[in-house]
Amino acid sequence: MPTAAAATLEPMTPVPFRVLGMRKELPDTYTLDLAPADGDGPLHFAPGQFNMLYHFGVGEIPISISGDPAATDRLTHTIRSVGAVSRGMGTLKAGDMVGVRGPFGSAWPVDEARGRDVVIVCGGIGLAPLRPAIYHILANRPSYGRLVILYGARSPRDILFRRELERWGGRLDTYVDATVDRATGEWSGNVGVVTNLIRHSGFDPVDTIAMVCGPETMMQYTVEALRDRGLDNTRIYLSMERNMKCAVGFCGRCQFGGAFVCRDGPVFRFDRIAPIFRVWEF
Amino acid sequence: MVQVEGLERLLLEHPLFEGMADEHRDLIAGCAANAVFEAGRYVYRQGGPADRFYLIRHGSVALEVHVPGREPFIVETLREGDVLGWGWILPPFRLNFDARALQLMRAVSIDAACLRGKMDEDHELGYQLYRRFMPVIADRLAASRLQIVDMYGHPDDYVRT
Ligand SMILES: Cc1cc2nc3c(=O)[nH]c(=O)nc-3n(C[C@H](O)[C@H](O)[C@H](O)COP(=O)(O)OP(=O)(O)OC[C@H]3O[C@@H](n4cnc5c(N)ncnc54)[C@H](O)[C@@H]3O)c2cc1C
Repeated sequence: MPTAAAATLEPMTPVPFRVLGMRKELPDTYTLDLAPADGDGPLHFAPGQFNMLYHFGVGEIPISISGDPAATDRLTHTIRSVGAVSRGMGTLKAGDMVGVRGPFGSAWPVDEARGRDVVIVCGGIGLAPLRPAIYHILANRPSYGRLVILYGARSPRDILFRRELERWGGRLDTYVDATVDRATGEWSGNVGVVTNLIRHSGFDPVDTIAMVCGPETMMQYTVEALRDRGLDNTRIYLSMERNMKCAVGFCGRCQFGGAFVCRDGPVFRFDRIAPIFRVWEF
Repeated sequence: MVQVEGLERLLLEHPLFEGMADEHRDLIAGCAANAVFEAGRYVYRQGGPADRFYLIRHGSVALEVHVPGREPFIVETLREGDVLGWGWILPPFRLNFDARALQLMRAVSIDAACLRGKMDEDHELGYQLYRRFMPVIADRLAASRLQIVDMYGHPDDYVRT
């Protein structure tokens, strides 16, 4: 049986991992902490990468890593229950087993962003794939310019990692702003689309790297709003999380244009996918 | 006098009036006054005459719809730098929502009846104001449509049949 350290060397065979902990984040979203069953480590990944998680007897799904890249003793994944596999995994308890293949895919440009302002725009579960990049930037805070984190959710009840957003917003060196699409009287925060936050956030468009993750419609409008603020296509990165199967550029399920989400993505520089970004069905 | 100078400076600095001729800004300043609303106070109520609009200088405001038997539904919030109210520029000059200050709100309040009179007399001023308010209205419309799309909605609610 392959070991955790050898996982990427044997990309088609899942490695057994044990559930260390399971946290309910929102009514339909939970976080799993996993550690290799054989105790092997350390586990390295780059912010933005994903793993294929195999729920034994049910199926396998791609899920981004949402934990701190500096914590090499575990893998953290935040999952929204939408179908058979993601719902099934939501019933796992500490001690249960999961198969893991990975890590796969391209990373957020955290090195290229050094010395620049960073604008992170995310919506819904899209904060999960960006959280490792945020951890990394905060751990190396002096190397970056202004850090702007903008988050949109459906309603106040659907705000993911709310306490963490509040903590980051309390730092003097980080600007955090959140909005929801709908709310009732007791909410005193912003209501409106996430793109509204961009014009209030104050960053230097000539020297900014933007990282965007969320539903594709949200990303499409966000890219437009960033471009209106003067950001060039080569400074905007998106994570395309379209469905995939093999994760190694083999089966073609996630192919769009000449690119495979699994092999060339999920993080793409916008100029490289702009011509095909609006093509919804493949 | 000091008050008017202050308002002129505020109008000069507001992005809505960027690049506008001084004479036009002076005309607008002639219809402007400072306004302050305590947290929780209604700036205006839906259905009333749209006889003012506001340039928010500080604080934020919620645009609400009241549905009997339910909590007020917040359609959008506006804050510093935003324009509150566009009903004043389009007939029938009616207010479309309730506007409630979420925190202490300071704004430049502009008397729309005064301004509409000046726009009728000076069509260049009228054109400049329409040109500047149309994008505000279009932005709000586009944002509302996106909110209706419910981008973050659960797939179960939108199963293709
Ligand atoms: C690179 C990558 C990273 C991802 N990271 C995460 C993550 O961190 N957390 C997370 O919760 N999900 C993530 N996803 C999405 C996740 O893989 C899917 O939700 C999962 O595969 C659904 O499988 P299922 O068997 O539970 O549901 P299915 O029965 O396959 O699908 C249920 C419903 O969800 C919709 N759906 C399925 N996959 C997607 C998708 N990729 N995008 C939008 N809608 C979809 C289907 O159309 C269907 O309506 C990621 C996807 C990719 C490609």
